[in-house]
Amino acid sequence: MSLATYIIVMAGVTYLIRMVPFTFFRKKIKNRFFRSFLYYIPYAVLSAMTIPAIFYTTHNIWTAVAGTAVAVLLAFFEMPLIVVALAASGAAFLLGLFM
Amino acid sequence: MKNSFLRGMSHGIPICLGYISVSFGFGILAVKAGLSVFQASVISASNLTSAGQKAGLDVIVAGGAIIEMILLQLTINIRYSLMALSLSQKLDRRFTTPHRLLASYGITDEIFAVCSAQKEPLTPAYMYGMIFISAVGWVTGTALGAAAGELLPASVSTAMEIVLYGMFIAIVIPPAKKQHSILFVAVIAAALSVIFRYTVPQISEGFAMIISAVAASALAALIFPVRDEEEEAEQ
Repeated sequence: MSLATYIIVMAGVTYLIRMVPFTFFRKKIKNRFFRSFLYYIPYAVLSAMTIPAIFYTTHNIWTAVAGTAVAVLLAFFEMPLIVVALAASGAAFLLGLFM
Repeated sequence: MKNSFLRGMSHGIPICLGYISVSFGFGILAVKAGLSVFQASVISASNLTSAGQKAGLDVIVAGGAIIEMILLQLTINIRYSLMALSLSQKLDRRFTTPHRLLASYGITDEIFAVCSAQKEPLTPAYMYGMIFISAVGWVTGTALGAAAGELLPASVSTAMEIVLYGMFIAIVIPPAKKQHSILFVAVIAAALSVIFRYTVPQISEGFAMIISAVAASALAALIFPVRDEEEEAEQ
């Protein structure tokens, strides 16, 4: 199989997965349960994606915990996304220097 | 029009920085697997996804069957359908079919996250701005990683891997502070995700995430159904 075939199949499948619901789901959902479900989905997705994966990101549990703690604290005080994201990384980096 | 494009770009800066660091790792892997810098960059530009690309690279290296590639991408990336469905409810009138066809290319975990957190309806220009800067970061990181991956100190590249998760935390915590239902859904989803990871490790991460998120949201929808005014305010 040529590399180009693999790449086209990979990209094609990934695109269709995104495109079909985004393009063909046009009407506003009226059903209250389903509306509520979609209202909560982003938070559920982000939370399930972050935990426990975040603790494996830096290849060291302690630097990951430090980064997470800094992110949670700054997010609690509602700092901008970029500040929270970079501070988490900075904390993991600084602690990593001592490990 | 121009303003929302720029606003989308500025909201996409943390995504871009995170992508540079994450795709750097993909570039290194791709070159180790025998691909050129250009081939690695084409994969990143055409797929714009992390886990799917890594898994796809494994199939390429193993010379796997096309059906294997299709099933693998479906399994890992099916979460994007859920995100696309959720975003489809937030679109501005200006989102005509051609815009939808184009913008769906850029529905990633991170772009979905930032778009979901917006109060106003999403315009095509806003999404294009965010997708543009994110894709530039994703492809640039891939090319840099493929060309010079071994040059960056490990202490820097590993610390960068946490950036995108830090952004997710920054999106979930502020509303969770104000609304108990959101705190509830976040805690249940995280708990289910932990249970899957340690008790049923044979389930892929993509599927574990979908099951956790769907179960937590369904439960929250039953216990805390949103009122019409709340929903209007969200739209």
